[in-house]
Amino acid sequence: MLDSRTIAQVAPETDHHEHPPYLRHHFESTEQQADAAGFAMWLFLLTEVMFFGGLFTAYLIYRNWYYPAFVAGSHQLSIPLGGFNTLLLITSSFTMAMGVWCAETRRKSGLVLCLILTFILGIGFLGVKTVEYREKLEKHHVPGFHFSLQSFTHPDTTNPATKNDLPLGDDMAQHVELYFSLYFLMTGMHAVHMIIGIAILGFMIFRARAGAYTSGHVTFVENFGLYWHFVDIIWIFLFPLLYLISRH
Amino acid sequence: MSEQAQHDEHAHHIVSPVVYVIILFSLLVGTALTMWASYIDLGEWSPLPGLVIAWNPIVALAIACTKATLVVLFFMHVKYSTKLTKLTVGAGFFMFLTLVSMTLADYISRAWGSW
Repeated sequence: MLDSRTIAQVAPETDHHEHPPYLRHHFESTEQQADAAGFAMWLFLLTEVMFFGGLFTAYLIYRNWYYPAFVAGSHQLSIPLGGFNTLLLITSSFTMAMGVWCAETRRKSGLVLCLILTFILGIGFLGVKTVEYREKLEKHHVPGFHFSLQSFTHPDTTNPATKNDLPLGDDMAQHVELYFSLYFLMTGMHAVHMIIGIAILGFMIFRARAGAYTSGHVTFVENFGLYWHFVDIIWIFLFPLLYLISRH
Repeated sequence: MSEQAQHDEHAHHIVSPVVYVIILFSLLVGTALTMWASYIDLGEWSPLPGLVIAWNPIVALAIACTKATLVVLFFMHVKYSTKLTKLTVGAGFFMFLTLVSMTLADYISRAWGSW
């Protein structure tokens, strides 16, 4: 029978078996360590689901209450720009997934290339978003910042997206500001996640060039991949909800 | 659980680039489809007096859910993950859907018939 003293005597011997330098001592194996990290990452992502979920729910409720205002608001967005951004983000998810594969198969230059492509596509997404935000600013569609009801009480008949819009009464037109509040909150929080992701990507590119992720320890790349794909999923829902569903 | 099954669950599965290319292609097709569908009026359905369900948002959300599922299963490796991860993801989304549907059920039913 083992009492605590024999365990203490036996432990030093079993503790010093061969293992990779990145295996922490409280884990039995690298698999267990990677599983624990992946589990923790998913728990973090679930808190993010709840965070964005609140915004999505608010959007759904207000859209049902002030439907004409939300339809008029969404007609101000550009489907080509939103679609192009979806293309950029989905492609960046693909390059990130390929980056994880490169790390797993220990291809250093491939990993660096994939991370740089993901970085560039992420910057491209934010660039298009800036163009869209600037247009809102010019049209006075930024809530609480000289917000103008002009586009909604007198719809622009030369614009194909708004030419069939009925003019809204002043009280309903005011609720378009609510649509844009949610638009800026949701796309803004998404953009903040993108900026954080791009910053981490920049750090990872330097680390990857030094060979940090191609020696068998891929947990960081893999878990960052989970984060990046999660941000992609948020956009997959934002794009139809904000841009598409009120268009026909 | 046998040792073999335990070993299989913990073995790190490397997803092939071919799978990633197929998923990328599917996601791009889904994006094109949802953009195309948004320009068409798909009509409405009234299951109860006063309750009108428009098809356009339902189709758009169905496509979005399909795309998100593809990303979760393949890009995020959940299809090849441990049962713990699968359970975590499943429980999380179930919790999320429960919260959203109960909130919406409250808002929809509170002033039933008076809108």
